[in-house]
Parts: sequence; C-alpha cells; structure tokens
Amino acid sequence: MAGTTRPPAGGRLLAGRVLPGRTRGAFVLRHLVRFVISLAVLLVASFAMIHLIPGDPVRASLGPAAPVELIAARRAALGLDQPLLSQLVSYVRNVLGGEFGTSFLSGEPVGEVIAARLPNTLVLALLATVVALLVAVPLGMWAGVRTENGRNRGTEATFTSATGAAVAVPEFLYSIALVTVFAIGLGWFPPAGRGGPESYVLPILALAIAPAAMIARISRVETLRELGTDYVRLARAKRLPAARLYVRHVLPNTLTATLTVGGLLLTSLIAGSVLVEYVFAWPGLGLRIVESITQKDYPVAQGVILVYGAIVLAVNLLVDLLLGVLDPTSALKES
Amino acid sequence: MRHLLRTPAGLAGTTLVGLMVILAIAGPPIWGAEAERIDPAVILQGASAAHPLGTDNLGRDILARVLVAGRLSLVLALLATLIGAIGGIVLGALPSVLPRRAARLVTGTVNALVAFPGLLLAMFTAVVAGLGARGAVLGIGVAIAPGFARLTQTLAASVSGADYVSAARMLGVPRRRIMARHVLPNIAEPLILNLTQALGGALLGLAGMSFLGLGVQPPSFDWGRLLFDGFGRIYSTPAVALGPAVAVALAGIGFNLLGDVLARAASRTAVPAGKAVPRAVSAPGALGEPDPEAVLEVRDLTVTFPGGVTPVRGLSLTVAPGEIVGLVGESGSGKSLTASAIGGLVPYPGEVSAARLRLCGTDLGELPEQERRKLLGTSLAMVFQDPMASLNPALRVGGQLAEVATVHQGASRAEARARAVDRLRHVRIPEPDRRARQHPHELSGGMRQRAVIAMGLMGTPRLIIADEPTTALDVTVQRQILRLLREVTGESGAATLFISHDIAVVGELCHRVVVMYAGRVVEELPVEKLASGAAHPYTRALVASLPDMDTDRSLPLASISGHQPSPAELGPGCAFAARCELATGRCAERPPLIPYGKAHQVACWEAS
Repeated sequence: MAGTTRPPAGGRLLAGRVLPGRTRGAFVLRHLVRFVISLAVLLVASFAMIHLIPGDPVRASLGPAAPVELIAARRAALGLDQPLLSQLVSYVRNVLGGEFGTSFLSGEPVGEVIAARLPNTLVLALLATVVALLVAVPLGMWAGVRTENGRNRGTEATFTSATGAAVAVPEFLYSIALVTVFAIGLGWFPPAGRGGPESYVLPILALAIAPAAMIARISRVETLRELGTDYVRLARAKRLPAARLYVRHVLPNTLTATLTVGGLLLTSLIAGSVLVEYVFAWPGLGLRIVESITQKDYPVAQGVILVYGAIVLAVNLLVDLLLGVLDPTSALKES
Repeated sequence: MRHLLRTPAGLAGTTLVGLMVILAIAGPPIWGAEAERIDPAVILQGASAAHPLGTDNLGRDILARVLVAGRLSLVLALLATLIGAIGGIVLGALPSVLPRRAARLVTGTVNALVAFPGLLLAMFTAVVAGLGARGAVLGIGVAIAPGFARLTQTLAASVSGADYVSAARMLGVPRRRIMARHVLPNIAEPLILNLTQALGGALLGLAGMSFLGLGVQPPSFDWGRLLFDGFGRIYSTPAVALGPAVAVALAGIGFNLLGDVLARAASRTAVPAGKAVPRAVSAPGALGEPDPEAVLEVRDLTVTFPGGVTPVRGLSLTVAPGEIVGLVGESGSGKSLTASAIGGLVPYPGEVSAARLRLCGTDLGELPEQERRKLLGTSLAMVFQDPMASLNPALRVGGQLAEVATVHQGASRAEARARAVDRLRHVRIPEPDRRARQHPHELSGGMRQRAVIAMGLMGTPRLIIADEPTTALDVTVQRQILRLLREVTGESGAATLFISHDIAVVGELCHRVVVMYAGRVVEELPVEKLASGAAHPYTRALVASLPDMDTDRSLPLASISGHQPSPAELGPGCAFAARCELATGRCAERPPLIPYGKAHQVACWEAS
C-alpha cells in the first residue's frame, strides 16, 4: 500500500478524505480472509465433484466390460476405498503439495498437465484483455463525446446496436467466423495450433470482440457522466485543445469503473477461452478439460476445474484490492 | 409494449425473437421429415441447389435440420432459464426470511457465485450430472441462478425501504409474509423482464456446451450439436457450419437486444424527447455603433432549446472595464445560461443567437476559430458555484492552472508552473508551492475557489464571469472570496459579471445591477439606487424581501407570492404581471426596456 496521502485516481468519489491506514489494513485483511474461505470451499467442491457422480466413477470411466480386478485396483489407487473424511484430508494435503492425481487415460500426473498447459491459456486471456481495453476505451470515449447531450442520435443508435449485437455473439461463433474467413478463405493466418505470433491473432480477436464491445459501452457512459461535470465545463471554458481536454481531464476519471469491469471480464475470458481453444486446437487447459469431460477422465477434469476456479478467485481478489486503492469509498462502504 | 418497437434495437430484437418463436412452433411439423430423411447417395455434400447448406454424414439436409433444431434449442434454453430463475429467486429471497447469520452465509455464497463464470459452473454440473442434454440444462440453470439471486436481493432491498413494507413490519407481519405478500409481487415485473436476457444467455450457453460435445447427444440435435458436426468439415465445406452458426448468432442477438430494451424499461420510465420547433428569428432592431470601450457588449442575446423553450430572450448588456456588474434573478430566470452563452458554453441542444456579441472590442462571431479560442481562453475567466466540483479530482491543482499558460501563451512547463505558483500566492493561498503539487481534495472549499480564481488570472483576464461563486461556501469564507474578487477587478482593470440570487451580496459588491426575470432584463440601475430608487415592482419586491436590522421580527418575512413562469409557459405580456400588485390591462402587452433617469433602465408600464 502506498502512503496515506496517495490521492485516489478516480477521486471524484471521495473528495477531501483519505482512507485512514487502519481501515485500509482491515479492508485488505477482510478480502484476504474471504479469499481463503472461498478457496477452501472451492477445494471441498472439487473434491465432492467426483463423489457426487451417480454410481461408480471408475466403472463409468472404464466402461462396463472392464475386469473387476482392474476396477478394484484403480479404486484403491484413487483411495476411493477409504472413509470419506480421510479421503478429503489426503486430497487437501495432496493438492496443497501440488499433487492432483494422475490421468485415467494417459497416466500423466495432472499437476504436470496443468503446468504445461496453463501458461498458454493465461497468455491468451491476458493478451485479449489488453487488446479489448486498448480498443474499447478510446472507442467508448469517442462515442461519448460525439453523443453528448443526445446529439448525433444516429451515432448513438449505431453504437448501441452494434455493441449490443457484438456482446450477444458468443466467442465460439467469432472463432468459427474468423477461421472460415481469414484462415480458410483468405489464408492470412494459420487456422489452428500455437506457433509464431501470427497464430495468436485470430484466437485473441475471437476472445476480445465481445468484451471490447462491453467495455466500450461502459466507457461511453462514464465519459458522458464526466462531460457533465463542472470541472470539465471549466476546462472547456479554458479552451483547452480537444486532445488535452479528453486525455488529461476526462480519461483518468473514467478509468476506475472501466478497469473494474475489465478485471472482471478477465475471469469470463478465462472461461471463454475454453471454447476458443477448442476451435483453434490451442494447447491450453480448455482443450484438455473438454477432452477429459467427454472421456470421463475425472482426475484431470477435477484438477483443471480447481485451477480455473482458483484463478477466478485470485483475479476477483486483485480487482477488489485495486478498486480499494483507486476508489477508497468502495472500501468505506463495505465497512 | 408499443415502446418496444420505437427504437431500432427494440424493433430488431422483437422481430428476431418473434421469428425464433415461430420457427420453434412451425419448424418440426414442416421440415421434420426432410431433416430425418437419410439419403446414402448424397453423403457429406457441400452446398448445392437441392441442399443449400449441404448434407451430413447420413445424407440428411442440413438446412432442414437447422430449421428443425430451433425448437429443441429454444425449449432447452427455456428449461434452463426456468431452473435458474426459480432457484435464483428462492436463493435471493432467502436472506430476508432466514435468521441473520444464515442470511449472511447465503448472501456471501451468492456474491461468490455471481463472480464465477457461468460456463465453469455449467461444466462442473455437467461432470456430475453426466454428458447429455439433462446435464447441460442443469448446468446452465445453475449458472444462471446466482445472477437472478443477486437481482432479487437488490430489488427486494430497494422495495423493503418503501413505506408500505415499513408499515407492515411495524404491524408485526411475519417476515416470510412480508416477502410473499409485499415484496415479491412488487419486484415481479423487473424479474420477468430480465428473463428475456437470461433466456438469451441460456441459449448461447447451451449452444456452447453442445458445440463442445458436452450437451445434446445424437440422435437428438440442437444448433450447438449441428455446429459440432459441421465444425469438423469447415476446411472442406465451410457452408455446413454456416447455418447453425447464423441461427445461434441471430437468436443471441435477438434475445439480447430485446432483453436490453426490456431491462431498461424495467429500471426506468421513459423520458419524453422534446420536439424541435423552428425558431423564429427576431428582426434585429437599430443596433447603433459598437461601444469601443466596452469589455463586453451583448445585444439581443437569445438562447433557445428544442420545443420552443427560450430561457434567455433578447437580453442586452454592456460592461465597462473595471466595472462589477451584478446579474440578479431567481433560479430559472436565465442568468446562468446568459453567462454560459457569453462564454460559448451552452450545452447541446441549446442554440445561441445574438445581434451582437463583442468581447474586448472584437466580434466573437467574426473571429476565426483559433483566435476565438485564444481570446476566450485568456481574456475570459469563469468561476462556478461549487468549488468542490470545479477542479478535476484526478489532476494536481498546479497542473490545472499551468495548462492555460502552456496551451495559449506558449509558455514552457517550468515557466507555466512558476506562474501558477505565483498566481496561487497572489490569491493568498498559503504555501502555494506545496498546494500546487496537491490534488484538489486536499484543499478546503475556500482555497479551491481561490485556486479557480487564480486559474482565471493565468491569462490576462478582461472579463471575469462569476456564477454564484460564494453560494456553496461558509459565510466567513464568502466574505474573503468577495473581497478577493473586488481586489482582482480593481488591480487588473478587468470587469466582473457577478451572477447571484442574493441581492444583499450584489448590493455590497457591485457598481451596477441588472435584474432578470423570466429570461429578460426588467431593470438595470446603479447600485446606489437599489435600496430606495428601484422602479420595477419586481426589483422593489426583491429588496423588500431582504430582512435587515430594522425589520420587525414579529411580522412574517416579506416574500413575493406566486412563482416565476417557466420558459415554456410564457405568454406575450409582462411575465411578472401575474405576481404584480400594480398590474393593469396594459400589462398584457410586454413593456420595452426604456431609459428611466441617469444610467437607469426599466421595463414596466407603471414606472414611466
């Protein structure tokens, strides 16, 4: 945490007050505690997943023709013959030690699968978030400035319907459309797989379009609100050049809300990447989880879902903390 | 429901959803047989005249299958939405009924789940419930529920503050009953309207699950499953993926657009849009020669808004150097808009017209854009009412001052900064160097208003427009700001246009007073005449309503009965007539502003 005199960047929300250090400490602590509790719940839920499957997961996985000895051996290897509570204890102990079990199908340790695949997924999601923000924030500001006080109704109608439609199309349709047009039709980009930089273009676009439309909408609303403030009126009275007015006076105050949503979109991007990876045969976690679910490879499904969940919780924690720094009222409101 | 069709988005959404519903009802009976007809002769074909979207691995027509699959896609989405909505509403209503600790647990769980991506929840459920339509529907339902729970909670919280709920609570009605009888019925409408959006989300989610092979399994098929089948063939025959992809996209867009409109309708009432009426251009009267000495000369200034609303009508005003002119009037008299019009800051869709608008001896209308910006940026200083809101919270005070010099006067950053500190010192801000480096929220209200005035002094101000600059401040701070304004005007030779509703402050500070009523100047007089020599009944009433030390405190405070007509309801006559004790039949005609003694003008039939 910075010193207590650090001003809020989106300070419109808290004029003249700075969060006292103690409140801020309590704020951070409360969010950390909440994060740990959520992680624990997630851990239990992923443990329970296998036990909630009706019938015997091992038999379901190996098929009805599997020999009884194999099933018994597999059950013993998974510890399924132990009492439930001791299974949970050893599961938690293993996960904390980085042991996620072994794949039913390939026999690989799930931990290694995750370690090999996770970076590919994260890179995709992060790059898509960055691209979405870089495109959407200026676009939203431009639309906000153009449609201030209800002028240019045509632009407003076009902008809202276009972004509304763009938000409504799921990422797997963008993926298919992009592959069909730019990879198969025009041959500009590889249709699948991870290779050089050009192989990143289509998956990132497919992931970024819908979130970008969403962020552009928020950015426009925030810009409209800012344009109505007295200080922007005064800045206009000073006859500042447009670029300076919008970049220095308007933009910083719109970022709090925009970045909050951007952070939350990152979590939905991680889930959306499952579908995009599937279309582009991208060697990430998403491709693997789909395979594991269809082939009933439960240890892999369990481990990957756990990792996805933990990432979502971590991103949410970061967004909450960042927001507490940028906008101290959110911290005050909670307490 | 008619407003749905008014916007293009609403119209498109309604049309698309309507088509989807028709397709779901009529699709299977019409194309069902075609969709199932196996034809070994045409296996895995691309687009052809007989099969516009090609055939699948059993030779079945894909177009027919897409048209038939609409029903299953929609029905499954509907099921998932119902599961999610019912589960969510129960979950959202629970905290109002449960004991406090349990309620907090439920709220916390809902908050955690809302942040969880739906697809993740759906996949978790699908693993447990098994592959297939049942698992996917359950999974998507589970994914939808947290959103509905959150919505129910928010809506219930907004209703539970209502008087009728408080009354029921005071009467000892049990909480469960309050929820069922008072809260839920009142939030039912927004919940139902939000179903449309949820339905769109469910449809896309299910399509995604089926596309991954985790949803509908053969021999059943929905759009997602058709896409799954077609996806493997897009390298050879892209057309086979086109049909289901377009169907899913259109359905998603349709439900989302319609849902957007419905959700917005649920959250607010429609704002009627004003209709633009062509404005009658007033014929310019005899203007006379421009006054070369005047800092500001305005003739026949009119501000019009669409719908024929004219808050400022034919206002004329001349301000000489070194002069402090008070512009007085009630809220809504048009005084602030006058200030905005002079500064060129009237917000769209307002329209400003004037027979003459000269600042510092130059006609603003004739000046090229670049020079006008420079003139207005350096010669005109504006001070607004709320100093808390006039400085940008994200930027340092010094930087906000300095940019005037860098932008308009070509100063270097260091020069501009030094000047900013100097100006802050000039308006007697202690420790100007440190203050310049601070953000506005670290300054007190009075200090901020000083900083705004200092900002105006960055250029070479000829005219300072102060729009109620002391209204938001403490009385003692008010005095200081007024003194500062007087000093600044005196030493720089600039003129000040001081806008206020407070006739006492105006009487103290200004040299000359201009009284506005309903968009027009009704009287203009030297300040010495204000107390006893005012000629217009409105000015006199304003002065009389001021309590002073001699006011008999046993009597009620004098006030003006009635209210100022709004710009939309103004008739042709004197706007004050309805509230005037002296009004006669002649007041049905509007009195012109005519000279009345030295440096005194009035618009009243009774005064002359």
